Amino acid sequence: MTKMFNRNETLVKKIISAAEAGKLIRANSSLMIGGFLRCGTPQRVIEEIIKNRTDGLTLIANDTSYPEYDRGRLIVNKLVRKAIVTHIGTNPETGRQFNAGELEVELVPMGTLVERIRCGGAGLGGFLTPTGVGTVVEKGKTVIESDGRKYLLEKPLTADVALIYGSKVDCYGNVFLDGTTRNFNTAMATAAATVIVEADLICDQPLNPAEITIPGIFIDYIVK
Amino acid sequence: MLSKEQCRAVIAQRVAQEFKQGDVITLGIGLPTEVANYIPHEVEVIFHSENSLLGVGRHDPDAGENPKITNAGGIAVTTRPGAAFFDTATSFAMIRGGHVNATVLGALQADQHGNLANWMIPGAFIPGMGGAMDLVVGAERVIIAMEHTNKGQPRILKECTLPLTAAGEVDLIVTERGVLEVTPKGLVLKEINPAFSLQEVINSTEADLIIADTLTEIAV
Repeated sequence: MTKMFNRNETLVKKIISAAEAGKLIRANSSLMIGGFLRCGTPQRVIEEIIKNRTDGLTLIANDTSYPEYDRGRLIVNKLVRKAIVTHIGTNPETGRQFNAGELEVELVPMGTLVERIRCGGAGLGGFLTPTGVGTVVEKGKTVIESDGRKYLLEKPLTADVALIYGSKVDCYGNVFLDGTTRNFNTAMATAAATVIVEADLICDQPLNPAEITIPGIFIDYIVK
Repeated sequence: MLSKEQCRAVIAQRVAQEFKQGDVITLGIGLPTEVANYIPHEVEVIFHSENSLLGVGRHDPDAGENPKITNAGGIAVTTRPGAAFFDTATSFAMIRGGHVNATVLGALQADQHGNLANWMIPGAFIPGMGGAMDLVVGAERVIIAMEHTNKGQPRILKECTLPLTAAGEVDLIVTERGVLEVTPKGLVLKEINPAFSLQEVINSTEADLIIADTLTEIAV
């Protein structure tokens, strides 16, 4: 193949199939999945997880989507042991499994969840937020008063694998995200031991450095 | 009696009068979303969507399956001139950081101390808080758009009995029966819908009501 440009081979990331990516996710591991409902949610690798019946997962995501789509299908197929999410209202099966004691659900305020993931990826020990003070979210947490206001100490969150979406990805793993698809994908890319980006389009040419949403340094595998 | 649709229209119309030119507003899903339809044309406001969009435009019927630009309800939308996309961390920096002028949310219960419960009924209905806890704490003004009663039972209480979304953050409650402001002295009834008598409003409210000297007809 003719090289289209002068590639820096040491920085090039592995391009793998969805089936290969599916095997990187192990039973009983923690898995972050980007997306807000269906927007900016990777799809193909999730189908492989379902095919492999990889269960006992701790799912970290904004929501459990809908029963017939993506993260929602992980719930319906009973592959999730614990869900750490902000909202389960669009997937009645999550509520049913929770009420039946089949699924553990930790509900986290959205701003707190994303910031915990950001801290996990940024090497920070946690943060202080006024969100949740005086509510059940406060339970078991350290309350710190600073400059006359009460805050909850929230701890960082990391995972074994982050599965994220990319609108355009180059061979260096640089990711461009279109529209409102950025959501949790950018923070999750920084916060897992292994990061897999599912690309809509893998570009032959490197992305313009000024138009990169997620720098390739955070990415381990690109799914074609 | 007003029908459910009439109630919702009165509430949405009245909430829509609360904004000024250039306000950044985050609307909750359900009834609060309908507020957008009643904002006067001469008042230009900017809609923030917690899923990471500032400058939300109208619904986009041509976006197709699994669109790339959505609102927090997952519905395909367009963008207004000047709009911006960002990630969730930035979206909540806007919310908690005081960059959002007002939020309009629904409620299961609200009380005379400005407490709000809108995210779960233990053992029955547990959708989760989504971004509501951050919005209520971070937005400059918190406006609750809710029907005054639920199956005839008061929902504006002395003390919320359901798990709170936040303590003491509510500024204004708008229902089909009136407009109630949370003040340090208590809950003040400022406007009343003439379709209801004052006694009817008092009887359908569990909270102690202070009737404003300047009580007026609801401005819709």
